[in-house]
Amino acid sequence: MTTGGGADRVPSAALRTAALEQLLVERGLVDPRMVDAFIANYETNVGPLNGAKVVAKAWTDPDYRRRLLAEGTAAIKELGFGGAQGEHIVVVENTPTAHNVVVCTLCSCYPWPVLGLPPSWYKDPAYRARMVREPRTVLAEMGLDLGDDVQITVRDSTSEVRWLVLPERPAGTEHLSEAELVPLITRDAMVGVAKVAAP
Amino acid sequence: MGGIADLGGTSGWGRVHPPRADEPVFAEPWQGRATALTILAIRLSGRNIDAFRYALDRLDRAAYLDQGYFGRWLNAAEMMLVEGAVLAPGELDARARALSDGHVENPGEPARPDPSAPAWPAAPGSLRTIDAAPAFAVGQRVRAGNGSPAGPTRLPGYVRGHVGIVEAVQPAAVFPDTNALFQGENPQYVYSVRFASHELWGEHADSFAVTVELFENYLEACS
Repeated sequence: MTTGGGADRVPSAALRTAALEQLLVERGLVDPRMVDAFIANYETNVGPLNGAKVVAKAWTDPDYRRRLLAEGTAAIKELGFGGAQGEHIVVVENTPTAHNVVVCTLCSCYPWPVLGLPPSWYKDPAYRARMVREPRTVLAEMGLDLGDDVQITVRDSTSEVRWLVLPERPAGTEHLSEAELVPLITRDAMVGVAKVAAP
Repeated sequence: MGGIADLGGTSGWGRVHPPRADEPVFAEPWQGRATALTILAIRLSGRNIDAFRYALDRLDRAAYLDQGYFGRWLNAAEMMLVEGAVLAPGELDARARALSDGHVENPGEPARPDPSAPAWPAAPGSLRTIDAAPAFAVGQRVRAGNGSPAGPTRLPGYVRGHVGIVEAVQPAAVFPDTNALFQGENPQYVYSVRFASHELWGEHADSFAVTVELFENYLEACS
C-alpha cells in the first residue's frame, strides 16, 4: 500500500476511498451510516445461504422445483429473496450429463439476492476470459473434473438476466431434511464450478 | 465498444484462482466502502447502471486492472462523479494525498451538480413491458452483429458475426447502448442465444456451448 509521498505518487485505493467518502460527506451527499448499512447487509444478510435455502427446498419439494425452473424470480421471491441484481433470475439444472456454469465476460454480473456479492475468482480476468473458451480446462483448474460425456453450457451474463445453477443432489443424502441439506450447498456449486458433496 | 472490459476469449491471463471457502466478502475495509460509495455515486452523478458499466469500459488498463475489482469500481465512481460535475478533476487524488501526509494542495473549486441538467429517466430497474412481439422465436438461427460500435455496447466481441440458435426469449429490457448515453431507453426483447464452441472458436475447440443474452438490435435473422 502506498503511504505518504508527494504529488507524484499515486495514493492507495484505501486512501482514495477515504478521500471520496470525505468529499461526498462534506457536500451532504452521503451519510456514512448508509455505507455502514450496505456493508453490514452484504456481510451478514445477503449471501449464498439464501441460494442454499432455495436449492434445498427445490431438492425436497417437487412442486417448488417445477416453479423454480419455470419462473425463477417468482419462486425465489416466495422465500423472501429479491432486489438489486436479481430482477430476472433464471435457474438451470445440472445433471450427470449436462453441466451449466455461469460467467460474466463483460463485467462481473452475479445474482446478488441469492448468492451475495461475487467472490474474487469470479471477478478475475482469467476466469472471465477463459470460461467461454476452454471451460473444461478452467473447471479442472478449479478442482472440478468433468468427463468428456458431460455437455457443458457456459452462461455468459451479458444482460440483466441472472443465472442460478440448481446443482445435483448428491447420492447418500436421501434421508436428510431440507434444513439438514442447506449447509451442504455451496456458492461454488450454485455458480457451477463445483458439485455438492455428501457429508 | 470493445474496451478493456470485453474479456471473453482473450488470452494471457494465466490460471484461474481456485475458490476458497472462507473468503471474506471484503478482505479489506476500504473495499466495502468503495462498493457502497460507487453504488451511491451512480445516482449522485445522475448516471444509471448502463452508464456505470460504460465508465468501467472506458478506464485505462491500469485503472481497470491494477487494484482489482474494487479499485476499478472506485475509479469508475470517480469518472462518473467528475463527468457529473460533483467532483472537480483531480480533486479526489488531491484529497487522498492530503489525507496521507498532510501535504497541502489546492484542490480547486469543488464542482457542483448543475441544477439545469436534464433529469435522467429514473424508472426502477431495467425490465420493461412493450407492445411489440419478439422479432425472433425459440429455435431460430440468428447472427450477431459484426459491427464495432464506437460507444457502449453489451455485445461481446467474441460472438460478433457468429451464428447461434435462440434458446429463450427473455423479458424486454432497457437498451444499454442508448441508455448509457441518456439517449433513450429503447426497450426491446433480449434473447438467450446458444452458440456452439466450434462456431466461436473453430473446429479444434473442445466441444461445449455458450449462451449469451443479446438485445434484439444486435441480431439479424439467418437462414
